[in-house]
Amino acid sequence: MSKLFRSSVRENRKLTTDHYLITLRPLKKIRKPKPGQFFMLSVDSGLDPLLKRPFSLHRWLGGDFQLLYETVGKATNILKYKAPGNVLEMIGPLGNGFPAGPSKTGILLVAGGLGIAPVFALAESVSSRRPLLFLGAKSRKEVLCIEKLRSLGIRPTVTTDDGSLGKKGLITDILIDFLSRQSSTCLPVGKVVNRYRVYACGPKPMLREMSRITKKFRLKGYLALEENMACGVGACLSCVVNTTDGLKRVCKEGPVFPAEEIIW
Amino acid sequence: MAKKKTLNTKVSIGRLKLKNPVMTAAGTFGYGEEYSKFLNLNNLGAIVVKGLSLLPKQGNPPTRIVETPAGMLNAIGLQNIGIENFIKEKLPFLRQFNTPVIVNFFGDSIKEYAKAAERLSRVSGIQALEMNISCPNRQAGWSIFGTDPKVTSKVVKTVRNATDRTLIVKLSPNVTDISLMARVAEDAGADAVSLINTITGMAIDIRTRKPKLANITGGLSGPAVRPVAVRMVWECSKAVNIPIIGMGGIISAEDALEFIMAGASAVAVGTANFVNPRAAQDIIAGIRSFMSGQGIHNIKKIIGGVNA
Repeated sequence: MSKLFRSSVRENRKLTTDHYLITLRPLKKIRKPKPGQFFMLSVDSGLDPLLKRPFSLHRWLGGDFQLLYETVGKATNILKYKAPGNVLEMIGPLGNGFPAGPSKTGILLVAGGLGIAPVFALAESVSSRRPLLFLGAKSRKEVLCIEKLRSLGIRPTVTTDDGSLGKKGLITDILIDFLSRQSSTCLPVGKVVNRYRVYACGPKPMLREMSRITKKFRLKGYLALEENMACGVGACLSCVVNTTDGLKRVCKEGPVFPAEEIIW
Repeated sequence: MAKKKTLNTKVSIGRLKLKNPVMTAAGTFGYGEEYSKFLNLNNLGAIVVKGLSLLPKQGNPPTRIVETPAGMLNAIGLQNIGIENFIKEKLPFLRQFNTPVIVNFFGDSIKEYAKAAERLSRVSGIQALEMNISCPNRQAGWSIFGTDPKVTSKVVKTVRNATDRTLIVKLSPNVTDISLMARVAEDAGADAVSLINTITGMAIDIRTRKPKLANITGGLSGPAVRPVAVRMVWECSKAVNIPIIGMGGIISAEDALEFIMAGASAVAVGTANFVNPRAAQDIIAGIRSFMSGQGIHNIKKIIGGVNA
């Protein structure tokens, strides 16, 4: 059950020019969040910014937890100055989280840019199943979490838009190559379906492509979506997305949706 | 504690008796369920549910909200599950609580307004109706319900004849003289008026040169609109004899008390629910503590109590 609670800042570490990792300690016990779930967080007690902002779980530390964020607007540019001891009000954990697939299937994780924030949480929780991770970013300095992933035994396949790390190009193209090889070398296209589950988070164009890819290879895929939201609890209807089953709320029925459900 | 018990926070809106003057604003509290794990719905003065129409509505495409300084613009477009689904799926939950349910509703024609009011009046567990004639996010032409006094008069009269429930008319601030609209509603048979609905606004992304909302314009709410709303409540309170429900950017008990002193018999908490899901309950507690601190035993003593 989600709660309204306060957390004290333990650490707020700058990772790159625009990326920060904040560690929070809830002042009252909260339920362990699932990877893919999120928190609504007030970066300040003033009126501007007014609304809480959604941040997905990056890492659960058995009581404390971490959020990975990019300074993109007013709220995150205030958040970056929060220091140990500062107290922030939040609501959570919210949303559905990534569904665990059958234990025999392989796991493919795809993250674009800050999409690694929730995908890392999932990677950590399924690390014993040896997931394959495809990680795309604009450039070398935006490729996050590589060390932490290595310590989980995960060596991601990396692409960058400018080729400054890994292969130059889109991460989804690398995924297509991988799936094509799988299909042609060992399995007919239709069989890939049972072999892998795909979980992805990233910018909209990437997720749209993920819907196309999972359809093409007949794979079961899950996408973590993001939309502007005011309440986070299903009341304001700001964050709706169009699905094959009508409008759904990213905050309540999501943020994770089956890839085939989203109408792009 | 003994002193607290002597505080009288009861107010009346038409025949509707409220245990305290704090309700939720339509569209900001879902159908009540969404917030029931954060606060005790029994503590609220009334629950006003998300605006309903005869048939379910899709609303507007995203992006539907954008934050602006001390406020937000929304263009949800009255997405709702429709009256029948509400009665079947949501109302049974709300009936469990000892708090009046006010159903906000709208139509796309005078006939639809009347039909909706008629249908809602045949159901138990709905204590009052709030007519939404003031959403800024409907299709072109819809706004005349709340901005053309002749049309307002006609639609309110028609609904008045269709329902015996307490009838509240929610007014638009997007008019030249809101007190005139309040008088029109009163003359047409409204038991109360509620104000303000959101103020039409717009925000532009200067890099893409596109409006930030898919609907281009939206309704501004939150603390940014509060002084405008307080002024409008004050103007209406001088113009009509029916009770006023004041709203517009109420975040704290102090804000709510401003509206009450401007002439509101009750207040509604809107955008604040999004920021703090316990806001309405906190505001009730804050009003009580203000009253006991000031030696005010009956809230009615300060309704319209501004010395202006």
